[in-house]
Amino acid sequence: MRLDVAQWRALLRPGDVVVVVLGLVVCAYAVLSLWQGGAPDGAVVRAGGRVVAEVDLTRERLIEVPGPLGVSVIEIRPGRARVASDPGPRQYCVRQGWLTQAGAVAICAPNQVSLSLTGRAADYDSLNY
Amino acid sequence: MTPSTIELTPTSEDRRIARHAAAAIVLTVAEAAIPLPLPGVKPGLANIVTLVVLARWGWREAVWVSLLRVLAGSLLLGQFLAPGFFLSLSGALASLLVLGLAMHLPGRWFGPVSHSILAAFAHIGAQLVVARLWLVPHDGVFYLLPVFALAAVVFGLVNGLVAAKLLAELPPPAAGPASANRAGQSPAEADSPER
Repeated sequence: MRLDVAQWRALLRPGDVVVVVLGLVVCAYAVLSLWQGGAPDGAVVRAGGRVVAEVDLTRERLIEVPGPLGVSVIEIRPGRARVASDPGPRQYCVRQGWLTQAGAVAICAPNQVSLSLTGRAADYDSLNY
Repeated sequence: MTPSTIELTPTSEDRRIARHAAAAIVLTVAEAAIPLPLPGVKPGLANIVTLVVLARWGWREAVWVSLLRVLAGSLLLGQFLAPGFFLSLSGALASLLVLGLAMHLPGRWFGPVSHSILAAFAHIGAQLVVARLWLVPHDGVFYLLPVFALAAVVFGLVNGLVAAKLLAELPPPAAGPASANRAGQSPAEADSPER
């Protein structure tokens, strides 16, 4: 049997096309509202457990955070943030790179510095089932 | 042999329902053999049968066929009363409710494809609600909603097209509520003379 596109399309009634389009709109809306994990709107920097800086992610800046080992440098850019440098031995927080999701956290444990992004949809930081 | 004291005489309607349910069960079992990446994303081929029955024989028979399919299909697959069974059942019930409403949409504009997609959305909706309330009591289940929604559109479209094709090619029923259905009338209009 040959697959004839025109023949199949004849089976679609006008309202069916509307329903298909509406269905795709629902999909797109669901993706946008559920999968954007919340674009982050701010960053919180902590040192030794205390909040040392709370900034929004609208303009570029560098924040220098002193810790037991030295100074960690936090770099803020519009919509993202990272630990640019850290005196810790293993550099885990630096190698994590740019944080772009609300709820994302980079922790420099040796220097007791952490950087976390905040946003309205940051009510969980992992999902498993 | 002792003659039975009860005499059950199946009507032609009973036989028809049984035939359609059997076809739907075969599709359910065949579909279970298809490997799929995510639990819950299934083509739902058996719903083609439900759609055809709905359009030709009305809502009551579609309910029978669909629920018999859920019951017997789960028995055959060893899923009876397992979580999957309740997910299927809730999905089927919601789909049937929506189909009961959707069949009254003007048939000039909305055909089996619309019915199929709307029912598919009702199906995933009910399943997600049941899953959220009972199986995974965490909002994380809704994270999968976009996948399910896309599957509903795609498989709803395909199933609806196949159902529409079957309806166009099958000979009209010799006698029945929906005998005028091929003329493009809505199932609802065609169904009404019987009432």
